[in-house]
Amino acid sequence: MNIIIDGRSIRTEEQLTILDIAEREGIHIPTLCYHPALPPQSVCRICLVEVEGEKVLQPACSFKVRDKMVIHTDTPKVLEARRVSLDLIISNHPLDCMTCDIAGNCELQDLAYEFGIKESEFKGRSIEYPIDDTNPFIIRDLNKCILCRRCIRACDEIQNRRVLGVTNRGFETKIIADFDLLLQDSTCEFCGQCVAVCPVGALTPKISTGMGREWEFKKINTVCPYCGVGCRFDLNVKDEKIVKVTSNSENPVNGIALCVKGRFGFDFVNHPDRLKTPLIKRNGKFEETSWDEALDYIVNKFIEIKESKGSDAFAVLSSAKCTNEENYLLQKFTRAVLGTNNIDHCARLCHAPTVTGLVTAFGSGAMTNSIEDIATEAKAYLIIGSNTTEQHPVIGIKIRKAVREGAKLVVADPREIDIAKIAMIHLKQKPGTDVALLNGLMNVIIKEDLWDKEFVEKRTEGFEELKETVSKYEPKIVEETTGVPADDIIRAAEILANNKPASLIYSMGITQHISGHLNVLSCANLQMLLGNMGIPGGGVNPLRGQNNVQGACDLGALPNVYPGYQSVASEGNQNKFEEFWKVKLDKKPGITVVEMMDEAEKGNIKAMYIMGENPMVSDPDVNHVRKCLQSLEFLVVQDIFLSETAKLADVVLPAVSFAEKEGTYTNTERRVQLLGKAINPIGDSKPDWQIICELSTKMGYPMNYNSVKEIMDEIAKVTPIYGGISHERLNTNGIQWPCPDKEHPGTTILHVEKFSRGLGHFSAVDHLPPKELPDDEFPYILTTGRVIYHWHTREMTGRSKGLDKIYPESFVEINPEDASKLNIKDGEIVRVISRRGKVEVKAEVTERTQPGVLFMTFHFAKSNANILTIRALDKVSKIPEFKVCAVKIEKI
Amino acid sequence: MEIEKIYKIIDDMVDNNEGLIPILQKLQDELGYLPINVLKVISEKMHLPYQQVFGVTTFYSQFRLEPQGKNLIQLCDGTACHVRGSKKNIRATEKRLGIKRGETTEDMKFTFEVVYCLGSCALSPTAMINKKIVPKLTPSKILKIIDELS
Repeated sequence: MNIIIDGRSIRTEEQLTILDIAEREGIHIPTLCYHPALPPQSVCRICLVEVEGEKVLQPACSFKVRDKMVIHTDTPKVLEARRVSLDLIISNHPLDCMTCDIAGNCELQDLAYEFGIKESEFKGRSIEYPIDDTNPFIIRDLNKCILCRRCIRACDEIQNRRVLGVTNRGFETKIIADFDLLLQDSTCEFCGQCVAVCPVGALTPKISTGMGREWEFKKINTVCPYCGVGCRFDLNVKDEKIVKVTSNSENPVNGIALCVKGRFGFDFVNHPDRLKTPLIKRNGKFEETSWDEALDYIVNKFIEIKESKGSDAFAVLSSAKCTNEENYLLQKFTRAVLGTNNIDHCARLCHAPTVTGLVTAFGSGAMTNSIEDIATEAKAYLIIGSNTTEQHPVIGIKIRKAVREGAKLVVADPREIDIAKIAMIHLKQKPGTDVALLNGLMNVIIKEDLWDKEFVEKRTEGFEELKETVSKYEPKIVEETTGVPADDIIRAAEILANNKPASLIYSMGITQHISGHLNVLSCANLQMLLGNMGIPGGGVNPLRGQNNVQGACDLGALPNVYPGYQSVASEGNQNKFEEFWKVKLDKKPGITVVEMMDEAEKGNIKAMYIMGENPMVSDPDVNHVRKCLQSLEFLVVQDIFLSETAKLADVVLPAVSFAEKEGTYTNTERRVQLLGKAINPIGDSKPDWQIICELSTKMGYPMNYNSVKEIMDEIAKVTPIYGGISHERLNTNGIQWPCPDKEHPGTTILHVEKFSRGLGHFSAVDHLPPKELPDDEFPYILTTGRVIYHWHTREMTGRSKGLDKIYPESFVEINPEDASKLNIKDGEIVRVISRRGKVEVKAEVTERTQPGVLFMTFHFAKSNANILTIRALDKVSKIPEFKVCAVKIEKI
Repeated sequence: MEIEKIYKIIDDMVDNNEGLIPILQKLQDELGYLPINVLKVISEKMHLPYQQVFGVTTFYSQFRLEPQGKNLIQLCDGTACHVRGSKKNIRATEKRLGIKRGETTEDMKFTFEVVYCLGSCALSPTAMINKKIVPKLTPSKILKIIDELS
């Protein structure tokens, strides 16, 4: 069809607005309440245009075009109407642009400039509101609010929280949170989506107040350093300091959405605690030293230990916070220079069973689908053991949106987590009974004949064994094991089977058990049984924790595989890497995180090199970890802060944060994304890759890379799944592996038509109870997890002013029933004791946790939950059972 | 009223697919006003965001968030009443009661409001006192009524 705008005939399609077409054709129509990421609201009347045949002027942002429509965008009538609307808005807006933080980035200021309005012609009453700045993140100055309602739409459409709304009417109209509360007292979770869309200075980031204005900032697009979702944002830099994070709508994963950590948790980068020079411990005290001295010291020690005790006296922890290139180099250093496969990293503590389990079932140990297809094409979800909205917030908001639009949600979690509130059904299994629950669901699906026969027939093997095993898991029996009512199990099974495709999402609630490997196999069994594999909106989707835990695994920071999951035990692989790295390699697989600690205690591991990990807070049974690290002959820690672990080191090397380096991270959906370097290294700190290269060269194995790019080129040569990846190819969109060659576009969904291993493999598995269950002496189950405001061991978020302020200390959650039995009051300090240690911590009496179960976060070095947790390991994946141990709780 | 009775009213009406406004009206009839904790219960039972329920409640002048005095005096200041001298009546009322428009006396005897048109312009200036229209109001007339009600 054709329309005419300002005398120009334009070919166009239906369903578009006048504004859509004008923008496409380069015709300027000013806007104010309109925002491209939000549905139009048409309240500001700035985009008015004249449409022939219409009695009144129409808003271009929402008025849809029709064939032969004639539109005028710049007649005197239109311009006058816009000017009056603008003048009315300005009449109730303070003209304090000279001191306003948002000047230069204010859409009202731009319009006033465009229309030449210096001050309003309407002199009348203006409203004065108190400024809401009680919370640590957002300053809300309603005096500057122009009632465009973008914040309301962002809270509704993007964040799906609907905290913000409008109260009163006419001149008294104002934007409110909940019942007109301060943000601090409302249900706001401080994602700051509203700040991102506010066109004026009504909503501004507190941390950036007075830190500079738009024209002073250098903007660098990069990847968030927190979780595995892999959101991108723009770091705003002034004078080598990060002053603000802003959204960038080009970002493939998150668009303009971010969570509270991503948007407001960046100030750790410029924190005074940053390590600025290498440190050597002499007589129990750290002394500052030069790089040369520190590296020589390490080299001498390493060579001495290698010669006297052999290569297997070394153990190395790589880092899921560091880049792909750095992980590649550290495993290369470990294997080629130290001569051992003893390298591991924190994936052992979160998703080791994902790798072992999904490789067994499908042949590839990664999230099978992409965030986009899960969010938009799934008809149902099973979220099991994932506190999605707190731990992967931006995936959480997408699922909230899908559920609002009609997708069916089943949540299985022992705790009343946030997302369970919108579930059709919440299965509250007892911690550690996931296999029983999943077998129960499959029992119903098979019994009611709801399984996908064609898929099972054509694409899988082992069904008969599975059928026999799950036949024992009648809902009534499962109810006894799991505590979930049989009727709920039946209903959940029916929801999942009758709404295809259904996507299964899991996280550490599935993996952190001695049955972690079996749990993952069960998840795979269920999705194959339902025929939900290899299709959009389906899949088995482990949400990875760290920003680059996927990449650290991919690049071989694991004791049993080279980069690209190529087994070290295979002679072919050994030969390949020996030839490429030009050095003899050990074909014996190395040992894992927890085993390293045990071997250190026994005296078999003499030296450890730890890059960007903090086992003194993150590992189970921390008292034991301390003993192990103290029994080492030599400990090198490379980090950005003097962590609890670094305090025990002999040498500490200062590394740089994400903002100071180049390289790539791989997010949970296998998307390799390029970082942008925003500032220069702080003090004498250096990027991890440079430190490793210098150390290796000094050890007699030269690593000479002119840039990080060259490391990726080397990775691509030896890592088939990264074969086609290079920095040049990675624009803002990134590439999802497997990407075998330069022409390959990447892979959004795994196992389409064929599993990586050929046929999908059903593994018939039985319930395996947790290692340590409650008894008379320790009558409660302790389970651990996280909160939205903190990241792991708090080295970063604890040094972010806002995040630390809003959630400054640890809690133990206890059900009111148990609390009243023990006479424990909300907020009271109590003692929690396990067989391994005790902590004192504040009690939070809440229905969130079920009777008999206590919950603690593991973020805090003080009142550390991991003093209590158990080192019981899953036999196959060697993950410790963080999620279940027996404790008692007592008053002090 | 006990909270259980409030729950029951809300539950019954929600089950009956009644809209938000009738529910607010019914509860205000029962309670005399709409306390925030009642709005919270309504939000949760109806699965509506807090701000939406609060927004509707504050949009319509018929709903009140504060308890109302024993007597409700509503003086009209719509166009017709305004030109026929309603301002004098308003000033006299405020002075006698010692409160401003929208407020309630400390002894909870009077709530005073200014409204815009009671639909009885021919009788202006008018008032509505305890739901009854009072025509052709003068300051002495309104003060007399207040005295009688005191």
